Amino acid sequence: MIKMRTVEITVGLFLIAGILSLLMLSLQVSGLSHFLREEPGYKIKADFANIGGLKIRGRVTLAGVVIGRVSHIELEPQSFNATVTLTINPKVTYLPLDTRASIQTAGLLGDNYISLTPGFDQHAFLKEGDVIPAENTDSAIVLENLVSQFLAGQASKEPPSSGAAAPPSPVKREKGN
Amino acid sequence: MIVRRIQALGRSGLAFVQDAGHTSLFLFNSLVGRPDFIHGTERLIKQLYFVGVLSLLIITLSGLFIGMVLALQGYTTLVKFGAEQALGQLIALSLVRELGPVVGALLFAGRAGSALTAEIGLMKSSEQLSSMEMMGVDPLKRVIAPRFWAGQIAMPVLSLIFTAVAILGGYMVGVEWLGVDSGAFWANMQAAVDFDTDVVNGIIKSIVFGTVVTWIAVYQGIECEPTAEGIGRATTRTVVYSSLATLGLDFFLTAVMFGDT
Repeated sequence: MIKMRTVEITVGLFLIAGILSLLMLSLQVSGLSHFLREEPGYKIKADFANIGGLKIRGRVTLAGVVIGRVSHIELEPQSFNATVTLTINPKVTYLPLDTRASIQTAGLLGDNYISLTPGFDQHAFLKEGDVIPAENTDSAIVLENLVSQFLAGQASKEPPSSGAAAPPSPVKREKGN
Repeated sequence: MIVRRIQALGRSGLAFVQDAGHTSLFLFNSLVGRPDFIHGTERLIKQLYFVGVLSLLIITLSGLFIGMVLALQGYTTLVKFGAEQALGQLIALSLVRELGPVVGALLFAGRAGSALTAEIGLMKSSEQLSSMEMMGVDPLKRVIAPRFWAGQIAMPVLSLIFTAVAILGGYMVGVEWLGVDSGAFWANMQAAVDFDTDVVNGIIKSIVFGTVVTWIAVYQGIECEPTAEGIGRATTRTVVYSSLATLGLDFFLTAVMFGDT
């Protein structure tokens, strides 16, 4: 029979191993350290006509460098635009007021993210609560729309004399529009 | 003829309800009959040693190999689509959500559940339990409760250790051997795994499985036929029932927890 002392020590080690595993799972695996605290930074809003597959916590990049996260997405009832709230790193205080925001896709099938392109305003900078209007944003490029537009374009370009290709074109155009 | 059929149906229904009531009462008694804290913790620690610490070897080893195999298989599939960066995400999500709790519970049932049943069954067949009752000691409090609580505590801990070791195993194969970028491995994993939904639900799962497996194990032990053959059959039943219950419950828990994502 093993001594009670040894038993207690091993059980203690066992529980410590469990706690360490939980720590590893929370910090290293789920990256809780990033989400535990409210991400510091100032919030600006951007209106988009279509956000595609953009999700909360998506990246906000400038020249490819991550400078913030998407923190909130809602529908704006008057204009039917999507209003996206971006939390920008507090160190980046020099975004011109006419900065352009566009939703892009990482790779062919990757996640959507927001890419900012700085404008030319030298004096006014974006600060907490500012809004990037819909004229200054580019919506998400939805791949299916592109493909169907391309198909419709192809169909209309074909010469009508070739009888075999002409009949399907109305069908394709229907998809495009 | 038909009446007899109906009678048989009614009898099995009654037997089922009686069984369910019996097991629930049994669980209730062992939970409420928590032992006093001075001697109770000592017994609890001893049971934690048997149930938890002694299962550690099989849990860590299987975790390591399952993580390694997952990385190897995931890599060969993902590399075809040029998406081997997502390996960390694949490994972590499948481990944290499913494999950690489920495989942990299956191993736990095989390693600790069967031992619990055999131990209690032997106590019963050698009439230790009835002599305890003779001396005015409640065997539910003295024997069952510490084992039940030990299983309850040990199962989530074992499942956490299993998951962590398996992810490290996956890291070893995926990053060190197959050459996935280490930064992408962890970053994709962290982007995909959410603490509240994934890790916490995995822990909830393992607590549920711990309850079910230990419950079945101690119940089979105390209800077994007090013969050598009966103990053997009860041990088999423990492993079979708790494996089936784990896998079945896992489906429902997954449907409730992750069904809409």
